[in-house]
Amino acid sequence: MEKRYSPLLLTFLCVGIAILYIPILTLIAYSFNASPLVNVWGGFSTAWYTELTHNRQLLQAALLSLEVAVTASTLAVILGTLAAVALVRFAKFPGRLLLTGMVNAPLVMPEIITGITQLLLFVSMMQMFAWPHRGFTTIVISHVAFCTAYVTVTVQSRLQSADRSLEEAAMDLGSGPARAFIEITLPIITPALLSSWLLSFTLSLDDLVISSFVSGPGASTLPMVIYSKVKLGVSPDINALASLIICAVGACVVAAGYLMRRAEKRRDSEMHSADHAPDG
Amino acid sequence: MKFNGRSGRWLIILPPLLFLLVFFLIPFGFALKISFAEVAARVPPFTDILTRTADHHLQLTLSPSNYQYLFTDEIYGYAYLYSLRTALFSTLICLSVGYPMAYAIARASKSTQNILLLIIILPFWTSFLLRVYALEGIIRDNGLLNSVLLHLGLIHHPIQIMRTGLAVYLGIIYSYLPFMVLPLFATLEKLDPTLLEAAADLGSPPWRIFLDVTFPLSLPGVIAGSMLVFIPAVGEFVIPALLGGPDNLMIGRVLWDEFFGNHDWPVASAVAIAFLVLLAGPIAVYQYYNVKQQEA
Repeated sequence: MEKRYSPLLLTFLCVGIAILYIPILTLIAYSFNASPLVNVWGGFSTAWYTELTHNRQLLQAALLSLEVAVTASTLAVILGTLAAVALVRFAKFPGRLLLTGMVNAPLVMPEIITGITQLLLFVSMMQMFAWPHRGFTTIVISHVAFCTAYVTVTVQSRLQSADRSLEEAAMDLGSGPARAFIEITLPIITPALLSSWLLSFTLSLDDLVISSFVSGPGASTLPMVIYSKVKLGVSPDINALASLIICAVGACVVAAGYLMRRAEKRRDSEMHSADHAPDG
Repeated sequence: MKFNGRSGRWLIILPPLLFLLVFFLIPFGFALKISFAEVAARVPPFTDILTRTADHHLQLTLSPSNYQYLFTDEIYGYAYLYSLRTALFSTLICLSVGYPMAYAIARASKSTQNILLLIIILPFWTSFLLRVYALEGIIRDNGLLNSVLLHLGLIHHPIQIMRTGLAVYLGIIYSYLPFMVLPLFATLEKLDPTLLEAAADLGSPPWRIFLDVTFPLSLPGVIAGSMLVFIPAVGEFVIPALLGGPDNLMIGRVLWDEFFGNHDWPVASAVAIAFLVLLAGPIAVYQYYNVKQQEA
């Protein structure tokens, strides 16, 4: 496309980006406000951050959320990768349409519906099998369900663009199909696996609605605690916590993006030089 | 890949298929079942629809009262319509803000493109709940927006945005904008520039080129982006609960209150099922385009 920018387009782009960022930046600025009043600037202070470290309820919730997020995103990457391989590599199998539907539907399904239906399942299962107890297990299961969808879609697009001929060449040279997949294709889709793990991790860490439904007494995740505090109004220690989470996640995403791009560039240049290597 | 034999294939297909079947699809069956039960003072708080009579026959008791209730109590009809209207207008606004943004990114050079995309994606990765909370800091009566407007002398009293429909709109647009921009960018980026040049060579003015070439070709992105905003927005809970007032009754909020406030699980299930029926159309459209794009 031509590179000339109309001022109108540029304005839209800048306004759009400003809309996305001004609230976050304001929040971070106010987390350093010494005054507990939200509309008065009382000088620079890190008091709210120190206060966080004494809040046992928040720390416990944060720990639970981290445990859930690590477990759920790891399981989701395994299940999602299997689903992606099945959908990309096996052109026909019974249940293919069903699987396609089930990996796409959670992406748009309102959380409130997923949450209530899954809770009803867990309650009925509990009546029938005396398992699972509502809490860590049920939260992990429901997070795996929606994260699997995101993983599948991400890995699927990567697998589709992966070059099958390398894997076929490995098989021609006598590798079994599983080994050819692990040695050739797996390294190619590794960036997609990493980014989908990271995405699952942040989605799980952020989930309020589904966790609220399927969780049981005594198991409150971080968003559940934050929500109940925020419902009562703006509070300065939540500003500090929110700034910490946003900065940590932001830094991880930027770093991961940078590392992946670098790895990709290196691989591309290796491929390129391999293509041009003299025969024999 | 030819995994040796059928069994090898099923080792790959079955785990995700069974997991999603049991923990995503089958739950809808339970919701359907419980929507025909009646609320009861027990744990879990609803009656069995399948009971054993004294002479050991199974008896199925389906109570349509929950669905009748949805029609008689006008709060539900109101909430459904209000949610649909709010989601529709938010989607249209997102589209009109997001389209020029996506177009501008698609026209940027490759390296600028990567940076701009990262800027758009980054908020999507950071907490949804915290971003809604951050927006509250801007639109509160004593928030940044009112302070700036007062300072500039444009208004003399703070305008109330919080607890109004406007706050809900702002919340949805702010939270869902990246979902609109990304699919639009994906289609606009693939647009063949020679088509635009051809249209220009044939003497089309820029607005005709846009209406006749660019927009029709970007339709898959328009539909994908609109569905990604519209469907979750209809069921939005956090935004109306935190930013909206008592009048901004969206269906997600009604469902939440029915469940957590009134502990009426059967009615909450009926609300969810009725809601799902309402969304079946848009979800089917989204799925159809998704499958078509994946096969393309």
